[in-house]
Amino acid sequence: MGVDGIPVTKHETGLITTRLEEVIRWGRKNSLWPLPFGTACCAIEFMSVVSSVFDISRFGAELVRFSPRQSDLMIVAGTINYKLGPVLKRIYDQMCEPKYVISMGACACSGGFYDNYATIQGIDQIIPVDVFIPGCPPRPDAILNAVVKLQEKIDTEPQMGPRQPERERGKTR
Amino acid sequence: MVERVTQQFGGAVEGVDRPYGDVVLTVGRKAIRDVLSHLKEQGFDLLLDIAGVDGLHLGRRERYEVVYNLYSLGDDLRLRVKVFVPENDMNLPTVSDLWESANWAEREAYDMFGVVFEGHPNLVRILCHREFVGHALRKDYPIMKGQWATGTSDLKPDLERE
Amino acid sequence: MLTGPENMDPKQPDSAGPPRDEPPVAAEVDLADETSLDDLDTEPMYINIGPIHPATHGTFRVFCKLDGERIEKAAVEVGYLHRGFEKTAETKNFTLVIPYTDRLNYCSGLVNNVGYCKAVERMLGVTITPRTEIIRVIICEIQRIMDHLICVGANLVDIGALTNFWYFFNAREKLNDVLEALTGARLTYSYIRIGGLAWDLPKGFEENVRAALKTVPKAIRDVEGLVKKNRIFIDRTRDIGVMSARDAVSYGFTGPCLRASGVNHDLRKKKPYYHYDEFEFDVVLGERGDVYDRMFVRIEEMKQSLRIVEQALKVLPGGPINIDDKNVVLPDKGKVHSSMEELINHFKLIIEGIEVPAGEIYDAIEAPNGELGFYIISDGSGKPYRIKVRPPCFYLMNGLKKLIEGHMVADFVAILPGLNIIAGELDR
Repeated sequence: MGVDGIPVTKHETGLITTRLEEVIRWGRKNSLWPLPFGTACCAIEFMSVVSSVFDISRFGAELVRFSPRQSDLMIVAGTINYKLGPVLKRIYDQMCEPKYVISMGACACSGGFYDNYATIQGIDQIIPVDVFIPGCPPRPDAILNAVVKLQEKIDTEPQMGPRQPERERGKTR
Repeated sequence: MVERVTQQFGGAVEGVDRPYGDVVLTVGRKAIRDVLSHLKEQGFDLLLDIAGVDGLHLGRRERYEVVYNLYSLGDDLRLRVKVFVPENDMNLPTVSDLWESANWAEREAYDMFGVVFEGHPNLVRILCHREFVGHALRKDYPIMKGQWATGTSDLKPDLERE
Repeated sequence: MLTGPENMDPKQPDSAGPPRDEPPVAAEVDLADETSLDDLDTEPMYINIGPIHPATHGTFRVFCKLDGERIEKAAVEVGYLHRGFEKTAETKNFTLVIPYTDRLNYCSGLVNNVGYCKAVERMLGVTITPRTEIIRVIICEIQRIMDHLICVGANLVDIGALTNFWYFFNAREKLNDVLEALTGARLTYSYIRIGGLAWDLPKGFEENVRAALKTVPKAIRDVEGLVKKNRIFIDRTRDIGVMSARDAVSYGFTGPCLRASGVNHDLRKKKPYYHYDEFEFDVVLGERGDVYDRMFVRIEEMKQSLRIVEQALKVLPGGPINIDDKNVVLPDKGKVHSSMEELINHFKLIIEGIEVPAGEIYDAIEAPNGELGFYIISDGSGKPYRIKVRPPCFYLMNGLKKLIEGHMVADFVAILPGLNIIAGELDR
């Protein structure tokens, strides 16, 4: 049986027991604090998601924090070019574990239709990405879908210990 | 108005075109600054844009051209002034002391084409990163060739220079 | 402190608080006299604002040398969103460049489309149909309202007035719904084509526009009521970031920022296009060129745009939307599937593109941010040889250095959004 999706054991005394990992998982996935690394048009769509019509705070990701020290979900919204690449890597490195990255929009996923000398062809060349959202710009519903997918991904991962044990630090691909 | 300029500068004005109703003056490199400052006194107080063009496939006599886009607020007139720049000597005098908008417009022409403006206070790259080698909008620069940057540039020298 | 000292007599020199009759005596430092602190050891501090910062709308970097809280010198760096639009456009044919122009000023994407198509149409020498002209006017003015809503909303958020942003954003969402029903997209519309439009207006468009536009005056009234006579707002925006008329012209300012400095220059009145000279509207001018003026010029321009849309909706003619030229406009889809000639025409236009004659042109329109110009050189093949965009934000950003030097960091946050810097247009 579960409470809020967490497997728990209920006792006659009224107490509920569960595993520590489940509680940590529940806390982490339902309170993702986004850092909108917004550069271009997708940042405007992100503003619509935060507004009351589409409302990302239903999924817990309401507190938008612009400091990497205070957030755990980085949403890269917009084109990243070679000039901004070192900045992106540095801000990603400044975030504390566990950290998740959503790549929003065609430009962040693969360079979009800017296949030229100035644009990085996908941010997964420099940082590891968890969820990719296609679209140019993706509808706010698609962004909400991505947050839900990320929550499902967190369901499958072990929460105690470093996040990506099979990927060594410093290596991306 | 065009006749006055041609009279004053005579040999320096190499051509007058009127494509699609606009007026375009072609001026020689030596006289470009004098012509532009004369035009500024005549009322062309708004320098809208400085565009560089790489005419490699257009078959003109020099490879590059720089186009100054002027507007006169008093008379509502538009004027374009072109100057041809050869490949082996890409220097032009700056006009950033006449119009402040030329400051960044010339930096962009330098960044994209390599045209050097003598006398510019801070002629460094503005759109591409500072470690970029080459000039991006030249026709012989391959479009797919990206260049990684290893860090952000130090802006203290810019601060002190300007 | 739970218990006071024994001696609570206010007139005694070692009493706990200040004497009750006289106001507190200041220390020896006289704040009005700036030399009294000169013997203190100070060093300038260098801080970096951006490229990712909550107050910078878009990515650009301002490196400041601070003397206390005051910005002594600043160096502005842009190019963090340089996407190579101009080089990419040289590899596509003229119609395929239209989606790229959408992403220039993405808060008002259709205006960029109109500017580009207007330049190419002038190069081709075609005149679009009367219905398309009025539809383009309606769309441009709606986009002007949407752009100003975001700009003023963001400006107010950065000063600290968050509620106004939501009032304006709500109105913008209603207008965006109308445009979504028209074009199918929420932000990057790509609805304008060379020679006309992609498709005609849907049923009920005019009623939807009128209903959506009703929310705008209410939002403006709410915001003006909160902000216009607010003491704190006036203190933060009056005489901050002043640009005189002469300097504004020298820096290449156009649009609301130039009009806020008092210069009467609006391309819709000076070089009218698409019947703008037949519509009645006023050009809004400011007096001092400070942050307050820029904001209220934009708010008044929104009111003028409402007037233009009302008049345009009244005179909207019927008729075709695309010109009758088979070298420019795709043929009707029904005929493409049934008749050989239209099929070949469609094929040629898609594969080879529109044949624009060789030559060069510069054409500009009054975008919400200023004069958006396109300088296009064609060499006779189906691809543009060179497209140079004259972005209004680039020249506004050039003037930023002058605007912020001498002000405090908090004033920088108030000045910057008022210029409406959209990074997509700034860096192309």
